[in-house]
Amino acid sequence: MDSANSNDRAGAPMADNYDEIVQFRGVNKWFGDFHVLRDINMVVGRGEKVVVCGPSGSGKSTMIRCINRLEEHQEGTIVVDGTELTDDARKIESVRRRVGMVFQNFNLFPHLSVMANLTMAPVYVHGIPEQEAEKQAMELLERVKIPEQAWKYPGQLSGGQQQRVAIARALMLQPKVMLFDEPTSALDPEMINEVLDVMVELAEAGMTMIVVTHEMGFARKVADLMVFMDAGEIVEASPPDQFFERPENDRTRLFLSQILTH
Amino acid sequence: MARHAPVSHAIAVSSPRRRPPIPQTGILVWLKANLFNNAHNTLLTLLAAWALFVTIPDALRWMVLDAVWITDDAKSCRAAAGACWAVIAEKHRVMLFGTFPYDEHWRGVLVIAIVVGMAVVSAFRRFWSYWLFLGWLGAVIVVLVLQLGGIFGLAETGTHEWGGLPLTLIMFVGTVVGGLPVAVFLALGRRSQLPVIKALCVGTIEIIRGVPLITVLFMASLMFPLFVPEELTIDKVLRAQIGMILFFGAYAAEIIRGGLQAIPRGQYEAADAAGLGYWQTTGRIILPQAMRIVIPALMNDIIRAFKNTTFVSIIGLFDVLGATSAALQDPLWVLYAPEAYMFIFVLYFCFCFSMSKYSERVERDLATGRNY
Repeated sequence: MDSANSNDRAGAPMADNYDEIVQFRGVNKWFGDFHVLRDINMVVGRGEKVVVCGPSGSGKSTMIRCINRLEEHQEGTIVVDGTELTDDARKIESVRRRVGMVFQNFNLFPHLSVMANLTMAPVYVHGIPEQEAEKQAMELLERVKIPEQAWKYPGQLSGGQQQRVAIARALMLQPKVMLFDEPTSALDPEMINEVLDVMVELAEAGMTMIVVTHEMGFARKVADLMVFMDAGEIVEASPPDQFFERPENDRTRLFLSQILTH
Repeated sequence: MARHAPVSHAIAVSSPRRRPPIPQTGILVWLKANLFNNAHNTLLTLLAAWALFVTIPDALRWMVLDAVWITDDAKSCRAAAGACWAVIAEKHRVMLFGTFPYDEHWRGVLVIAIVVGMAVVSAFRRFWSYWLFLGWLGAVIVVLVLQLGGIFGLAETGTHEWGGLPLTLIMFVGTVVGGLPVAVFLALGRRSQLPVIKALCVGTIEIIRGVPLITVLFMASLMFPLFVPEELTIDKVLRAQIGMILFFGAYAAEIIRGGLQAIPRGQYEAADAAGLGYWQTTGRIILPQAMRIVIPALMNDIIRAFKNTTFVSIIGLFDVLGATSAALQDPLWVLYAPEAYMFIFVLYFCFCFSMSKYSERVERDLATGRNY
């Protein structure tokens, strides 16, 4: 990447394993008495794409939400781009600046125009001049193919358009990692592809992506690693060829047979 | 499975779009649909028509035909069988301005014009800007100068001389403008994760909601001075104003809390993920949405705040209703209190009805998703 980005990282301790942008080591989490994440160990390489799948309630959303501290883990360590996530608010803030997130329900701000949704954080959190932020926002809206919607409100857009705005919003701070939490699950079938196309384009451009999804066609196309979770554990993790053709675990096989029929 | 050919079928067509059939219109159709559509409603319609027939002629005779409109002599009213509207013309100065010095009433007129004018301007979305805020700031200063006097060659008029409609309007605007921020902070505090702040806000809200407004006003006007050192005397109007602000704030806080609770978790998460802090999330994401949701309920409380200004008369301030009661102490005109009170009724109705209509329009705008 360019030199501006490496300056950016100057504050963070340079670990030996620079190539490992997200590390989970022995992570455990409970909701009350319920053990929702059980001994998670996972590494995501810089520029690589990891697709996480599994039945609902398996902890996959909770896991990726730990990466930008929307959820707190109780045991183990999570390191994001050289910064370990602790209670330290400054570290959380610095990690959030480097991690973009796209939600299942878009979570756009309905009272703000598309443009204001995009420029909110850059202008008010990071003090980027408004004009510069708007210029960058227009570039990103063109990249997700909806520049003409810039001055509309989220409620006037289709689900697919809203999700593309959400992707553009997450890209505004030039994140190092993008998290996608079931980005197409709330979409009507005819809109799923327009969102997946944008995600494929993003993947091809070299973005590090961690995607929770059941879109197996997308997974086959972009994933470097498939992770299958069930009941809070990582049950199987392997490259897509092996994962789809020769799954080793019975639970993986059952799950795949359930989602791949019809 | 099927033992014979299925019965289910559908017919594919290519049918052009056309307009819906034109509904029947005309007065008879309307009457039948709205007044006589079944036996029950026909009976109600006839009953209502009979009630109107019985009451309207007498009311009309008293209010219009036999009424005395203009006279400065109460005796000519006594001779007439109808209403004595002349009492309004005779007493309007005292009714509208209370104990404010007679020669300075023009200042009261200006105050009314400024407050009503600013309120009307504020009702239009296209004027919502920084300038409107500055306008209100200017208006407050001008109103205070007009009411207090003492500079620019204006005779000094202490708050003990304030009264009538200007006092009502000042109290009302002060209550809403001062009370809304109080309400927002109480509502946010009640949802705070810091136990001390939360307890303080819950305590304040519950204590104030637990007592009648009269009690709050008595506290403010009679008991408060007992608790503070003697040299610290706070003006009586200001004390009443603070009492009204707290009372309005406690109720409005609960309404705003409802709005805050209606904002989905995802909004907080998106704000967190984008790195917005607590105040940025609250001020730019959560509150703007919550306030929109609660505007109709809040308008209800604002209208109530307008009517609640009449309570200040029990602690010896002469709002427009109190001033009217005082004006009718005159033994010559005391008989015509109902007519004077009807004038006050119309006055209050005009203010409250326009606020109510305004709130309806805001609600409609929000429902159609304009600006949203």
